[in-house]
Amino acid sequence: MGVFDFLVAYLPFIAQGSTVTLQLTLFSFALGFVTAMPLVAANLFGVLPARLLSRSYVEVVRGTPLLVQLFLIYFGLPSIGIKFDAMTASILALGLNSAAYQAEIFRSAIKGIPESQFLAAESLGFTKLQTFRYVVMPQAVRIALPALVNEFVTLIKESALASIIGIVEITRRADYVAAYTFRAFEAYLAAAIIYFVLCYFFSYGARYIEAKTRIPGYKGG
Amino acid sequence: MAEDYILVMEDIVAGYEGHKVLRGVTIKVRRGERVVVMGPSGSGKSTLLKTAVLLVKPWSGRIVLDGEEITRKGVDLRKVRAKTGFVFQSYNLFPHMTVLENIVLPQVIVKKVSREKAVEKAHQVLREVGLEGVENKYPLQLSGGQQQRVAIARALAMEPKIFFLDEPTSALDPELKEEVLNTLEKIAREGIAMLIVTHELDFAEDVADRIVFMENGVVVEEGDPHKVLYNPEKERTREFLRSIRRRRLAAPQASQE
Ligand SMILES: Nc1ncnc2c1ncn2[C@@H]1O[C@H](COP(=O)(O)OP(=O)(O)OP(=O)(O)O)[C@@H](O)[C@H]1O
Ligand SMILES: [Mg+2]
Repeated sequence: MGVFDFLVAYLPFIAQGSTVTLQLTLFSFALGFVTAMPLVAANLFGVLPARLLSRSYVEVVRGTPLLVQLFLIYFGLPSIGIKFDAMTASILALGLNSAAYQAEIFRSAIKGIPESQFLAAESLGFTKLQTFRYVVMPQAVRIALPALVNEFVTLIKESALASIIGIVEITRRADYVAAYTFRAFEAYLAAAIIYFVLCYFFSYGARYIEAKTRIPGYKGG
Repeated sequence: MAEDYILVMEDIVAGYEGHKVLRGVTIKVRRGERVVVMGPSGSGKSTLLKTAVLLVKPWSGRIVLDGEEITRKGVDLRKVRAKTGFVFQSYNLFPHMTVLENIVLPQVIVKKVSREKAVEKAHQVLREVGLEGVENKYPLQLSGGQQQRVAIARALAMEPKIFFLDEPTSALDPELKEEVLNTLEKIAREGIAMLIVTHELDFAEDVADRIVFMENGVVVEEGDPHKVLYNPEKERTREFLRSIRRRRLAAPQASQE
């Protein structure tokens, strides 16, 4: 069987893992987002201890391998009595990891909002929270959109790590095919193609959203 | 009589992180009075206005707003902001909200006005600044003059007792200045107190009850507009006015002050 025939035969089976891959990606991205919000707020507007805590979190998470974080949660936590199933552990690891990156993305996006916006909100009597909610975040999300899409796409690829603890997503299915057919090259080539298509699709879709949410009259991003 | 004054700033010293800008400024604004502040770049005019609403915290001195000392500890900043309106040189509208939302949102979330009432008010203030029909536009789709008038409308909608305007026309092209100045003159006639930083001499003459000339963080001279503009006591004031008039003659396009 040639490469082409192999792909025709096995690609659909591997591609079915996309649902799980996308589940992993979506849930961990969302978890990352909601966790990033307090991290950013604490980092930029919090009292000193909150600021330090937030910065340490970001540094530690970014300074350690995702795989080690996943193992800590899945294999490590049960020893202190906290046990998660593989799917939950994967989403937690990916999500809490992504939170650190998303926090950094939002931090620099917020830094890009002119000081005058904060002054205006303050002069109108907005509380810090209202300023964050109504003035800062809506603008920061738009500024951050390209980087957020990048993060989402990164998560699609990183979710492959979940295969190691038994989640049957794209990579795990490729494992099965490789073991069954003894044709590892073609099996993982199929996985690579599927990942590429997914990533491309989301990057492209994001450009559409970007155009849709662009602030009328705004130059650039 | 403190009650006659909407704003009293006494002996204010203020600045930024060790950099002293205001070096003991005293300024009083009566209810309904319009005071124009002039002075060279860097003299502390913007800092003065920001300090008056505690956007900059004074290092020392006393501020009494509407009969209430706001420099004491534990003052409710929201009450201060509710009584004051601020218009910045660079308009500072929220670019991601429509014109209408720019005016409605602060009323709803700060003054807790119902959305319906806030929308009604928004239409009213937009009418006042001569800007009907731009409700659904975004700020950056408008001209600078229109944006500044929206900023004025936004502040007006909050029904402040005193209005602070920091060079409201200096970022505008000459042909756009006029529409904003006309709007401000109209609002001034309604009797709201104003503290305005501007170098528009004709406007100052028309609108001001008093002119204050500042330099280097202190008030150098103040008094009746005619007196200060045409027959100032201090040589520094005279020099400064000469430089403005010269600049106006030499470069009618100049808009950076
Ligand atoms: N946010 C800030 N942080 C630090 N220094 C500042 C800040 N704003 C103003 N300054 C400094 O304070 C001094 C007075 O500034 P201010 O803006 O009050 O002057 P101004 O009279 O309004 O001048 P201009 O006519 O140029 O607007 C200047 O030396 C300026 O560099
Ligand atoms: Mg200034």
